[in-house]
Amino acid sequence: MNHPSPSAPEHGTPHPGDHDAGHSHHGSLRGYLTGFVLAAILTIIPFWLVMGHAISSSLATILIVLGLAVVQIVVHVVYFLHLDTRSESGWNMLAFIFTIVLVVIVLGASVWVMYNENANMMPMSPQYTNHRQGS
Amino acid sequence: MPDRPAIWNFLLGRLSLSSLPLDNMIVVWTFVAVALGGGAVLAAITYHRKWGYLWNEWFTSVDHKRLGVMYMVLGTVMLLRGFADALMMRSQQAMAFGSNMGYLPPHHYDQIFTAHGAIMIFFVAMPYIAGFMNFVMPLQIGARDVAFPFLNNFSFWLTVSGVVLFMTSLFIGDFSHAGWLGMPPVSELRQSPGPGVDYYIWGLQLSGLGTLLTGINFVVTVIKMRAPGMTLMKMPMFSWTTLCTSGLIVVTFPILTATLFLLSLDRYIGTHFFTIGAGGNVMMYVNLIWVWGHPEVYILILPMFGLYSEIVPTFSGKRLFGYSSMVYATASIMLLSYLVWLHHFFTMGSGADVNSFFALTTMMISIPTGVKIFNWLFTMYRGRVRFTVPMLWTMGFLFTFTIGGMTGVMLAVAPADFLLHNSLFLVAHFHNVIIGGVVFGVFAGINYWFPKAFGFRLDEFWGKLSFWFWQVGFWVAFGPLYVLGLMGVTRRLSHFTDTSLQIWFIIAACGGLLILLGILAFVMQIYVSIRRRDELAVGNDPWGGRSLEWSTSSPPPPYNFAFIPLVHERDAWTDMKKHGYQRPLEGFNAIHMPKNTGAGVVLAGLGTVFGFAMVWYIWWLAALSFVALIAVAIVHTFDYDRDTHLSAQQVGEFEHTGNWEPKAQGATA
Repeated sequence: MNHPSPSAPEHGTPHPGDHDAGHSHHGSLRGYLTGFVLAAILTIIPFWLVMGHAISSSLATILIVLGLAVVQIVVHVVYFLHLDTRSESGWNMLAFIFTIVLVVIVLGASVWVMYNENANMMPMSPQYTNHRQGS
Repeated sequence: MPDRPAIWNFLLGRLSLSSLPLDNMIVVWTFVAVALGGGAVLAAITYHRKWGYLWNEWFTSVDHKRLGVMYMVLGTVMLLRGFADALMMRSQQAMAFGSNMGYLPPHHYDQIFTAHGAIMIFFVAMPYIAGFMNFVMPLQIGARDVAFPFLNNFSFWLTVSGVVLFMTSLFIGDFSHAGWLGMPPVSELRQSPGPGVDYYIWGLQLSGLGTLLTGINFVVTVIKMRAPGMTLMKMPMFSWTTLCTSGLIVVTFPILTATLFLLSLDRYIGTHFFTIGAGGNVMMYVNLIWVWGHPEVYILILPMFGLYSEIVPTFSGKRLFGYSSMVYATASIMLLSYLVWLHHFFTMGSGADVNSFFALTTMMISIPTGVKIFNWLFTMYRGRVRFTVPMLWTMGFLFTFTIGGMTGVMLAVAPADFLLHNSLFLVAHFHNVIIGGVVFGVFAGINYWFPKAFGFRLDEFWGKLSFWFWQVGFWVAFGPLYVLGLMGVTRRLSHFTDTSLQIWFIIAACGGLLILLGILAFVMQIYVSIRRRDELAVGNDPWGGRSLEWSTSSPPPPYNFAFIPLVHERDAWTDMKKHGYQRPLEGFNAIHMPKNTGAGVVLAGLGTVFGFAMVWYIWWLAALSFVALIAVAIVHTFDYDRDTHLSAQQVGEFEHTGNWEPKAQGATA
């Protein structure tokens, strides 16, 4: 990560001879095709895993599919949204990392909280006791 | 659906004459008063032929300063509404003991505390902070407007849409009685079949969208539009807190939108996200709404911290103590505010390990806040402090907010929270931080920046009177609630049996009356100041300010700066003054400006119609207004005639008005 530190100069007007208006990359046909092929492959694999029952353990299947989904996000962001450490002086990358941190916090902590709530509070209702024993 | 011919049900949904609360005399009289007062205002505007002026100069304006002022007016109007609710609750609780049931039936009382909470947060505090950020931030960073001026106008009118739906609920149908966060199962269809919760949902969805767009707008503005030389670490503190608050808005408001959307799916098409029974989980709603709700309180308080950081150095005649630590404290509060939400429901049963984690993060967040308090104190230390009205409010804040923060740390202790949760102690605590932090900040800021916005100061006498009534009234109103909370009295009760408690509620009601005097003194302050505007007139820099907004005229010209300033130091205006800055009086250039547009009003108006139709199940109208909304938005994107130029001569005229120097006695504008 080599985006400039927050205190680095980032003026509105200077940057003589800079690429105009900060649009650094619009991508090439080659880039879009690479992205498309990668995205297609990453979509086909989960379909095949689920429909072809390729792996017997359903937990392993779920984890692999989720892992591929994360890779899919990275492919989209790199090839279609052209995110790199240089665009908008690194602000785009900084915003992206900030978003990831917050999403991880919100989802991770919510799962953690709800797991505990469920374990501590839900057995009071017989319906859920049965449900938990069944799973 | 009412029992009547099907065609009426198709045309009007579930709306009928019986939806009008004619059986509730309080509401009827309120309606009469509002109709007479509102009618008088409308008639006066018509009589003075001001509609064209209002529409052309204000409603369709994309100028951030005008929008800022309109947000402040909206916030003040809704403060009066929300405060009326507060007085009704205080008086009900002061009398409803033993055989006396008070004058508000429980069903009505529940709507009042729900409306009070939701209005004070969404339509008082939020418009106020949006108003300050709008007015001040672009001036402070030396920009000519925000990044997306039309979007800014649209955001404002979306906020108004939410207000209109909330106010409509007072007279057509009823309002939600499920508390300001609309917690299920009470807010689900089975317990709340009426239109109240739907008013709440659609009002918040519309205004929440406006807030989100504002957040995006301001993040882009701060990052892209600072004057040359103003690096982030040379930026004024208020602009820093605007950046952090806007960042928080962008990442949290989608959570509110999604949560309310899930609730509306439950209510409209019978899903079971939060119902108990068919696999839904009420606790998930509590979790999600507080993931948004906790950062929300920091969204409110951060701009106020920035505002105090402008006022204290100005009136102490010193630079801000510990600028860098202030920036890092703000940034760490921004991140930490995302890690504490569970402290709102320690008692829901997450278990000791989860509770300990969130208790610790909650205590941690008081550290950067404490850093800020000390920075302000050290800024004042050995400074030449001027006790003006903004400074009085700031010192009242330091005293009040610190105590509120300490009771907050008490509540952060999870085992103690098992005793204090849902009690009046909690009510006293959050009023302590929100009134002591946000409301005091609002009045400090209004007194501080009013001369910049209108070219004359606010009257000191009525300002000081307002401050003392609020400061004393606050403690008289909420001190007893701390005591009652420690005795175990729970919140949201409309009747009590233990008559020994009554004296405390009577004292609290007296405090409410003192605050009423504070609000009246504020209204009087505005009135008196307008009457005396010629003798209170000021130049561009009435307080000896330090940041760039004081370098331009009062009120500033539409383009803010004829020449974009070049920034070398923190406190750019102090630096310019030190180096003998002379304002150029000729050699102006034409300035590129955005044109005013009515598209924002039209779009938000259609949004309001859509919300109203959804509330009353008038499906044809909902579909029609939604399609119209999308169509107008698309048509607006094809409007290429959006900009204009102010000629060099026009700029010159603005630069030679009397707004730069205090006017001579008796001179007319």
